[in-house]
Amino acid sequence: MEQDLIVTNGRIIDPASGKDEMGSLRVHDGHIAEVVWGGDALSGEGARVIDAQGGWITPGFIDLRTHLREPGEEWKETVESGAHAALAGGYTSICASPDTIPVNDEASVTNLIRQRGEAANAARVYPVAAATTGQRGENLADLGDMKAAGAVAVSNGERPISSARMMRRVMEYSRTFDLPLMTSSFDLSLSEGGLMNEGLLSTIMGLAPIPSEAETIAVARDIELAALTGARVHLSRLSTAGSVRLLRAAQKRGLNITGDATPHHLTLTEEANKTYDTNTKVFPPLRTEQDRQALIEGLRDGTLSCVATDHLPQNIADKELEFVYAQAGILGLETAFPLMMNLVREGVLSAQQVISALSTGPANVLGHGLGGSLEPGAVADITISQPDAPWTPTQETLRSMSFNTPFLGTELRGRVTWAIVGGSVRYALHGSIQ
Amino acid sequence: MEQDATLEHLLGLRHLTPGQIRNILDHAKRFKAINERKIKKVPTLRGTTVVNFFVEPSTRTRTSFEIAAKRLSADTLSFSASSSSFVKGETLLDTARNIEAMQPEILVLRHKASGAPHMLSRAIDAAIVNAGDGYHEHPTQALLDMFTMEEHKGPISNRDVPLKVAIVGDIAHSRVARSNIHGLTKLGADLHLAGPATMLPTAVESLGVTVHYSVEDALKDADVVMMLRIQKERMGTDLFPNDREYARMFGLDKKRLQLAKPDALVMHPGPINRGIEIQPDIADGPQSVILEQVTNGVAVRMAVLYLVSHRGRPAAPVEVQ
Repeated sequence: MEQDLIVTNGRIIDPASGKDEMGSLRVHDGHIAEVVWGGDALSGEGARVIDAQGGWITPGFIDLRTHLREPGEEWKETVESGAHAALAGGYTSICASPDTIPVNDEASVTNLIRQRGEAANAARVYPVAAATTGQRGENLADLGDMKAAGAVAVSNGERPISSARMMRRVMEYSRTFDLPLMTSSFDLSLSEGGLMNEGLLSTIMGLAPIPSEAETIAVARDIELAALTGARVHLSRLSTAGSVRLLRAAQKRGLNITGDATPHHLTLTEEANKTYDTNTKVFPPLRTEQDRQALIEGLRDGTLSCVATDHLPQNIADKELEFVYAQAGILGLETAFPLMMNLVREGVLSAQQVISALSTGPANVLGHGLGGSLEPGAVADITISQPDAPWTPTQETLRSMSFNTPFLGTELRGRVTWAIVGGSVRYALHGSIQ
Repeated sequence: MEQDATLEHLLGLRHLTPGQIRNILDHAKRFKAINERKIKKVPTLRGTTVVNFFVEPSTRTRTSFEIAAKRLSADTLSFSASSSSFVKGETLLDTARNIEAMQPEILVLRHKASGAPHMLSRAIDAAIVNAGDGYHEHPTQALLDMFTMEEHKGPISNRDVPLKVAIVGDIAHSRVARSNIHGLTKLGADLHLAGPATMLPTAVESLGVTVHYSVEDALKDADVVMMLRIQKERMGTDLFPNDREYARMFGLDKKRLQLAKPDALVMHPGPINRGIEIQPDIADGPQSVILEQVTNGVAVRMAVLYLVSHRGRPAAPVEVQ
């Protein structure tokens, strides 16, 4: 049997139990064996010991929306590179969006992603099943088969489902297999050709606008369909104040619907588009300060229970283009934690709220005890971090194969030092464990 | 008004000061005098290379820039999308870097993507002059429009009653309108926009203009009426039903023009769709200055090329003996 692992000298933040104080914990056989609160260190005899050096000890982060580009676009990201980038960002589990080539719409692709994930020996990689064949929104995909192959959720990825009738069937069929459905609620007829948020700035810049209503109209529809079908619905990457308002009202009605926002929508606004920097081109587009504040308020009051990165690697050749021709997408895995820490340092979110949104919230969306807790008995997926440590994302420091982030070359504060998956130390920023 | 003789690039009018605009217009006046001589050429930009890089077709603007550069004795090279390696799949940035390697001082860019000149200004050393980018800006067009207005109506700034300018048409998809909005409001004109709501971009009223759906309201007592070209390819889309309806509701005819001041100027950035946004008798009528706009375009572009050739350092006024 593997040696026990002890993590000491850190601030343990565990949203599942609501605790937040200094302490140590012991990992035995891949699970949390005991947690000792206060200054008394656990006995290190016969165990390997990680000194958290006063940093944070939290449940491993879980990303509900990661675009790994394998199969199909392996020059942008592979399952392996994405799973390693995840660990460097504190993510011990990532949900692989089905937008691959071919689409993850049948069990053979699901198997491939799962197996590559296991072989990477980094973050856990959970395949997400495409809701419809080829993401075309016309026919149901083999959800039962894909679940058996390891899919943990359903999503139509980047492609919203236009037909309300099809969306209803997707919800019903997902419910059949007890799979959560993560939507991309967007009305493409309103957003088609759009490049940035609609407003004075899009008018000045002469870029085709995407109105907020392209999102809110679809969110409203999907909430009504969730009420009709009783499906477990999670609204992904919400970007507008209107969407948060609709979700809050839906939860008040007692509907079991959750939602997330991305770190970039929580920290940037359309102002970032001003220089036509294609690294700020993203879908949904960066919105207004008012929208950003509403997303933060959504996290504060629990309307949004998760932060999801929407990590979307793009090759530089797809970004060094005119704004209209550049591909949309921003990396997220390695910058999510420092960006969220900015909100903690600004005093708008608590440490507990941020850690919950990064770990416990997403675990609850997935269900089935897939992490998100440090209570004894829980699976030992643990992230250790120095929440204020400065570092700068560059082509050299990023572990992702791509570097399409507007934060490239900008000093960020907040760095993951260790990532532990199922009790095994998979990532150590400064060398290996003693 | 405090003149500002610096101009690093000309990406748009949005970020220019009123003093920079004034300075360009005053320089254009001097260059126009050169254009009226028998020998229309000065040695001002001898040894300077100007590349006209037109990724989107445009005969009028490209010719105007070419003549402007030649009259300043610059060495010019023009090439367009169809003749360039663009058709071979080279990116804009790569093509621009190749041009850059030949060390031109000034690169004039026309491109259908908004922001393309901004991208180039970050990537290469040459001074960039925007000759129209997407729906963003067409600064030299607005400058020549303002120049033409001032020739007939006197200075736009510091008037007892502001100059009333009406711009009619597809504002949403017009870079000419955007540059005119920025330039004219900076100089203090009273700007009125009109068109169907489908063609008026979001929040445009925040730019210090008055928005009308009725052309009649916009034209009332106007000093200048500027009609925008209707892109025929937009017909039958969701912007307007057909050209007949557009001409009846938003086109400029004799009756509508009578609502403006009797000496109002009629302008159009060209090329015109006769009988759609403007009736032929108005386009060719006594109030039309459409061809003067074209003439003035050369002088304005000479001024711009001259000023950016100083790369942000103040340019001395050109002596015209």
